[in-house]
Order: sequence, then C-alpha cells, then structure tokens
Amino acid sequence: MIINGVTIDDTFAEAFGMRGTRVIITAQNLRWAYNAARAMTGFATSVIACGVEAGIERELSPEETPDGRPGVSILMFAMSSAVLIKQLETRMGQCVLTCPTAAAFSGIDEGYAEITKINLGKNLRFFGDGFQTSKLFNGKRYWRVPVMDGEFLTEESTGMIRSVGGGNFLILAESQPQALAACEAAIDAMSKVPNVIMPFPGGVVRSGSKVGSKYKALIASTNDAFCPTLKGITKTELSPEIESVMEIVIDGLTDPDIRVAMRVGIAAACELGAKNGIKRISAGNYGGKLGPYHFKLREIMA
Amino acid sequence: MSALTFTLKAPLQQRVDVSPLTPDQLADKSVAEIAAITLVSGRQQLRVDQVFDISGDDANDIIFAQASRKLDYIGQKMNGGRITINGGAGSYLGLQMRKGEIVLNGDADAFAASGMAGGTLHINGSVGDFLAAALPGDRKGMKGGVVIITGNAGERAGDQMRRGIILIEGNVGAYCASRMLAGTIGVLGTVGDYLGYGMRRGTLLLTQEPKLHATLQDCGTHTLPFLSLMFKSFANFPSKFASLKQNRVQRYAGDIANDGKGEILVLK
Repeated sequence: MIINGVTIDDTFAEAFGMRGTRVIITAQNLRWAYNAARAMTGFATSVIACGVEAGIERELSPEETPDGRPGVSILMFAMSSAVLIKQLETRMGQCVLTCPTAAAFSGIDEGYAEITKINLGKNLRFFGDGFQTSKLFNGKRYWRVPVMDGEFLTEESTGMIRSVGGGNFLILAESQPQALAACEAAIDAMSKVPNVIMPFPGGVVRSGSKVGSKYKALIASTNDAFCPTLKGITKTELSPEIESVMEIVIDGLTDPDIRVAMRVGIAAACELGAKNGIKRISAGNYGGKLGPYHFKLREIMA
Repeated sequence: MSALTFTLKAPLQQRVDVSPLTPDQLADKSVAEIAAITLVSGRQQLRVDQVFDISGDDANDIIFAQASRKLDYIGQKMNGGRITINGGAGSYLGLQMRKGEIVLNGDADAFAASGMAGGTLHINGSVGDFLAAALPGDRKGMKGGVVIITGNAGERAGDQMRRGIILIEGNVGAYCASRMLAGTIGVLGTVGDYLGYGMRRGTLLLTQEPKLHATLQDCGTHTLPFLSLMFKSFANFPSKFASLKQNRVQRYAGDIANDGKGEILVLK
C-alpha cells in the first residue's frame, strides 16, 4: 500500500488494556485551567516510570463545563486500577488543589458499559481540617475546601473505564527535520480527535524501545532495528535512504477511538508525502504475543 | 387511564389520616378495594368512600380535589408516582416521603416534609411551622429531596434538617434552620429572629440582610464557585430560584455556640 508515495507497511500496532479516566479542570480563565492541567499531566509520558500516561484531551468552553467557567479535559491511563487511583489522588492534591481558582469535576459519568467510580476529591477534603463542607446537587456530591484564595471546589468522584493504551505508528523519513515536520502535522490533526491523548513530549517519542537489554537490570532498551545510525552493524529494519524515525503513541478510551486517531495521524503525515522526504509508515509490535489489541495499518488506512 | 381522584364529599369536622392513599399502596387495587380501605379519624374508622367520591383508575397519578386542611399525612412514606392536591393539606404532608412528586395547590399545616428522604414536594401556597423539621423525639428532620414553596413558611423551618434542598419564595418565621445538621435552605423573602439558632452545618441562602444573633459571625464578602453549580441545579425547578445567577455573597458562619460550621449566605 502506497499513499502519496509513502509506503504503508503490512504490519500492526500492538496495544494493551489499560484503565482510563477523564477529569474536567476549570478555572477563572483558560490560562489557569491550563496551568493546573499541564501540572497534572506533567511527567506522565510512559507507565514505565511515570505510573500513568496522561495528557490534555481538549479545551472546553464555559457552556460545556459543570460550573460555567472555561476549562480543559484531561485523560489519564494506567496499567492497573490501583495505580490509576493512587496517581489521580496525588496529582489532584499537588496540581489542582494547589492551583489558584482551579476546580475539578468528573469527566466520565455515562456512555460506557462498565464505569467504576473512583475518588477524585473525596480524600482531598481532609485538607480542610474540619472546615470542609459537602454539597449534593443532582445526585452528585461536591466538596468545598477552604483555601487561601477562597474555596477549592471538587467533585467527590469520577468514572474509570477499561480502555486501550499503546496504539502507535512510526514515521520513517529521509531527514530528522522532515520526520519532525510530519509528526507535527500528524499531532495537529490527531489533537482534534476526542477520547485520545498522545502522552509523549509534544505527542512524539524518539526513543522507541524493544523488550530486553544486554544489561540484566534493564527490561527495555533502544530499538536498534530502527536506529538509523546503526544501519550497518545491526539487523536493521531501515532502508539506506532512511535517516530518522519517530513514533507517535496513542492512548484512548476505546479501541475505535485509537483507530480514528491513527487514521487521521497517518493521513496527515502522508499528505506531506515522498516529496517532503516521508518514505514509510510502520508500527511497533511484539510479534502479537503480548497485547490483545492489534491495529493493522493497512486495514486502518483502507 | 385517568388520574385516580378523591373528591371530598363534605367539609370535615374531624381530622382524617389519609396516609393509606399513596400510589404505591393503591397500585393493583380495584376501585372497590380502595373504597373499602379504612381511614382513621379521631376515634372513628371511616371507609374511603364515606369521605371521598372516587373516580379515575390510575393509582400512579392521584388527585385530591376540594381537599381540606383537615387531611393529614398525605403522601406519607410515598415511594413513587405523583399526588396532586387541590385545596389544602393538613399536617405531616409528605412525611417520610422517599420518591415521587407531590404538588399542593393551596396551603399546608405543620411538619410538611418532615423526615422526607427523597422526591419533590412542590407547594403553591404557604406552610405552617416545623417545615422539614424532626418530629419530637427524632434526631433528624428532612434527609433528602427537594421542597419548593411559593408562599411563606412558619417557625422552625428546617429544624434538625440533615440533607436536601428547601426553596422558599416567601417569608419565613423565627428559628429558621435551627439545629440544622446539613443541607440547603433558600429564602427569597424575609426571615424571622434567631435564624440558624444552634445550626451545626448546612447552608442558608438569603437575598435580604437578616437580623443575626450574637453567635453568628461575619466571614466577609466572597464569590463562591459552588454557587454556580447550585444555581445550575436549580435551573429546571419551577421556581423563582431558577433565575438566580450571581454568586457574590456575604458569608456568616455559625452557630459558633454549636460547632459553627453552618453558613448563612446573603446574596449581594
């Protein structure tokens, strides 16, 4: 399969089941909503060392938020519910409770088969040292915690669902600037897709990994088959003209959400085409043995 | 199916307990069976058809027509459906109500919504004392649900209230929200003396500056974000409260003689 001169490999991205949640963060204005959201989704690129993968899903207008203020929605994914619950609580406590004017609300209440209620602000209320108060509106409990800027307002819980993480594709280009330009185009297009995040810096990861290492202490190491500088000395996947490879990783609330994001992203990269040095689109997998979700590139782009 | 209607045959001399006449208790009963239910009236036991003309058959939608303020316990422990009362209601309207909807077009006496745990009670009129208050001997008053009153309420409204929302468009008597445990009371009119007397927690929302006793303390003027959420939750209510928008308030806290975590918010 070739799109605009770009070869689409006959391979698939291998993804895993994760636990995911959404939180709506509002503030007096978008600047402060973003400040809270960026802090909360900071250092959350990969579950390998961050615990969670998190990112900003989209901006919300005042009409879309529970309290009528501008806000952003964030998505957060982890490999187990225990980790997600723990990370959500610590990040809420350090990043939203602390952020001037910020408030947090549930982002998943309905629309999925199995929704587990998890704590959002339930335990943060104890920061109020007895001065906290709760209010129950339309069956939802909110906590008001007195803080120095006024009151920190948070919903008691949000919803957690079974979701999918690790959808991905690789962009292979003739030069580093061209690979980066294609990634930027892909990310710009994918950031408009709902229910997904691209957790790496700017949505793009350059240090794709393989399982295992020559060093016993490491469980993962650089994916030498895709490293352009090792073309001559390792069992390479790269043809001579490829000089740079970058990967986009996608976490989504459901399998179809990831498919849509991958299609949109690959299409955007292919639009630049061979004339801009984009040669191939590939994907990362482990031979299909580890992850239950297989996203076949040619099927997605068909 | 048309609404099951109980029309009072003649003005009552004696109070009648109509607590058996709720949608869940009358479901699946024939008109003959309903007519044979006994109602307690003082020392007497009366058949339903001695007191009311019965028409209609939908027990999920009950109407009391030409109702009088001698009909007590309307909607007691009601667990669903709808009761409409045209005329007036006695004491204990919606006592320990759990679900469903009661609409009263007229006035009610004491202890309306006492022990209410859910559902909505909409009174197009005024109520007597002890609205949503705990019965003597009980430790908690209203425990949930929504009460909307277009007229006035008497004394001790919300006494020992535990949860839920009461919205009063008119005036309220003395000791409003006394010994309140939690929940929300809104009053658009005036409030009497000693509001929030012994209040532990909860919110009393006012539009007019009240007269406060010594153990309610001024906490200053604030813009509280939770008010936007609260007003949004009022937006679908058939009430003047639905149009409240601005969330700047003077906040008084108290009663510091009794824990002091309650608040009286006066809209600015």
